[in-house]
Amino acid sequence: MSREKILAAIKANQPEKTDLPDLDILNALTATEGSLVQQYTTIASAGGSFVYEVADFEAIKSILQKEFKPGVKIISGIKELKDYTFAEDVAHELAHSFADVELAILPSYLGVAENGALWLTETQMNVRVLPFISQHLAVVINRNDLMPTMAQAYDKIGNADYGYGAFISGPSKTADIEQSLVIGAHGPRSLSVFILT
Amino acid sequence: MSNVTGKSHPELAADFNKDEPRVDWHDETLWWVRAKRDIAAHKLPEWELLRETASQIKHNVLSNLYTYLQQFEANAQKNGVVVHWAADAAEHNQIVHKLLSDKGINRMVKSKSMLTEECHLNEYLKEHGIDVIDSDLGERIVQLAGEPPSHIVLPCIHKKKEEIGDIFHEHLGSAKGESDPKILTETARQHLREVFLTRRAALTGVNFAVAETGEFVICTNEGNADMGAHLAEIHIASMGFEKIIPERKHLGVFLRLLTRSATGQPITTYSSHFKKPQEGREIHIVIVDNGRSIQLGREDFRNSLKCIRCGACMNTCPVYRKSGGHSYHTAIAGPIGSILAPNLDMKKYADLPFASTLCGSCSNVCPVKINIHEQLYAWRQVIVKEGYSPASKTAAMKAMAFTLSSPVLYRSAGKMGRVVFKYAPFAVNNKLNPWYKHREMPKAPEQSFGEWYSKRKEGQN
Repeated sequence: MSREKILAAIKANQPEKTDLPDLDILNALTATEGSLVQQYTTIASAGGSFVYEVADFEAIKSILQKEFKPGVKIISGIKELKDYTFAEDVAHELAHSFADVELAILPSYLGVAENGALWLTETQMNVRVLPFISQHLAVVINRNDLMPTMAQAYDKIGNADYGYGAFISGPSKTADIEQSLVIGAHGPRSLSVFILT
Repeated sequence: MSNVTGKSHPELAADFNKDEPRVDWHDETLWWVRAKRDIAAHKLPEWELLRETASQIKHNVLSNLYTYLQQFEANAQKNGVVVHWAADAAEHNQIVHKLLSDKGINRMVKSKSMLTEECHLNEYLKEHGIDVIDSDLGERIVQLAGEPPSHIVLPCIHKKKEEIGDIFHEHLGSAKGESDPKILTETARQHLREVFLTRRAALTGVNFAVAETGEFVICTNEGNADMGAHLAEIHIASMGFEKIIPERKHLGVFLRLLTRSATGQPITTYSSHFKKPQEGREIHIVIVDNGRSIQLGREDFRNSLKCIRCGACMNTCPVYRKSGGHSYHTAIAGPIGSILAPNLDMKKYADLPFASTLCGSCSNVCPVKINIHEQLYAWRQVIVKEGYSPASKTAAMKAMAFTLSSPVLYRSAGKMGRVVFKYAPFAVNNKLNPWYKHREMPKAPEQSFGEWYSKRKEGQN
């Protein structure tokens, strides 16, 4: 009932059709020069992320071993980092059972230099709530997967089919109390980004 | 809840202005946010083209809503999402209530949604025995304080940390006198984590809904929308129908503009794209009209439907910064709220288009180039024509029109004015004259220009 009523009112009241603007000119003006790794690192660090350039997975392992004590629950979605609980093996469990995860390590295949964001879909997350409910989050990305801006990022995503996807640009944060920035609102208290060079 | 007092904007602003140091602090804090917006905007050489592009995309949306909404609905349904339509606030609230009661749910967690503020959903559900907890930190604070948000992006920007400490001590058991933002945020984190883990239903707003794919995007810094939605059996997303954008690639344009305009961040921490429900779970979208189709038909005001709710117009507005969000007594405060509200109820919100100096700063920072100050000016004319202007203003305007229409009256009124200023300034400089508030009246000249000119001519002859 309401559907028809609303649509009829919209049809009667919407203005004369105008065309969509051409995005090519805008995207041509968008700066794409300079070192993307450097840009990404500067912006992501300003947003509260810890960014590491690493040569291989061994380097990642040794940093994680330094940062996280043995005995805590760590889930890895990356097969090269299989010393930890492998995400695929526990993906069927109830979302609530991840409430005690200390660290989740997940891959991303698309990062954005202009804002520090990393694109992960459900496939990389294994469980939708995992990158949010973990106390800490680490994301591994290849340097060639960095794009200059959101324009190139959505070009790369194209018409990919996913159930859920998110750009994640840092640790969970808030400034709701007197505009004081506090890291660790509801989600991860830290985001470590490992760029494989 | 938004206007329990029945007071108008000037009266509510006067209340806010009683505490001058707080007004200064409020003013400076928001100006600081506005300055951060400038830094972020100036970093992109293509910023102005980005604004123009966003404005044109939104114009295309307004001109094609009939098709896009149906396209969005069909694609969302294909994705396994259930779509509902609500003509007004009452129907929206009933739909949400029914979804919950059908599942026997009486507790829900909610992330930020200005639309549910507009619909007064929390009050409605409370009356029907459903407990709602707002999970955005700022919204949780004002909810515990029993107040509406005073800003769409910074809901408790009017509160001092000491006051928040008192609220948390009373409701969440933090130590008495604790006002460190870090400790208070941690207290809220522990409290809300328990909420996220125990609620079977989550309600969120919608920042953008993509017609081409049927997905919708929610932007938060805290991650509260995701915590709620991913842990709940049923996720209800409420959206005003103007949230539609045509294609996924257009998200690139809007996500680049939204937070740079709002807080000066290059992007929110989380930009979450919901397309299909998780296995065994449900996603419902409620598409709401509530007066939007009427605004769409008002040629002078339809551009207000382009708004992406960044709050830049509030941060920059000299009136908002000095009168506080609550003085607007509507869900969406500030300049944009003042052109949206009269569409819903012209009589109740007749005061709002007058709560502006028409300086135009709002239009200059708007990421989708809404001509906000021109619409405020246009609303004033509509409101006066329709007979809704405030009584004192109408009387003053009528007296002025009468005086200006007669040269004799004009001259004698001028003379009287000068005499009064000279010999009885207290008759003007008193509390009854709103123009005297926070102002000194000028000294009256000895004679009018007319008198001076005719004397000068006499002297020459």
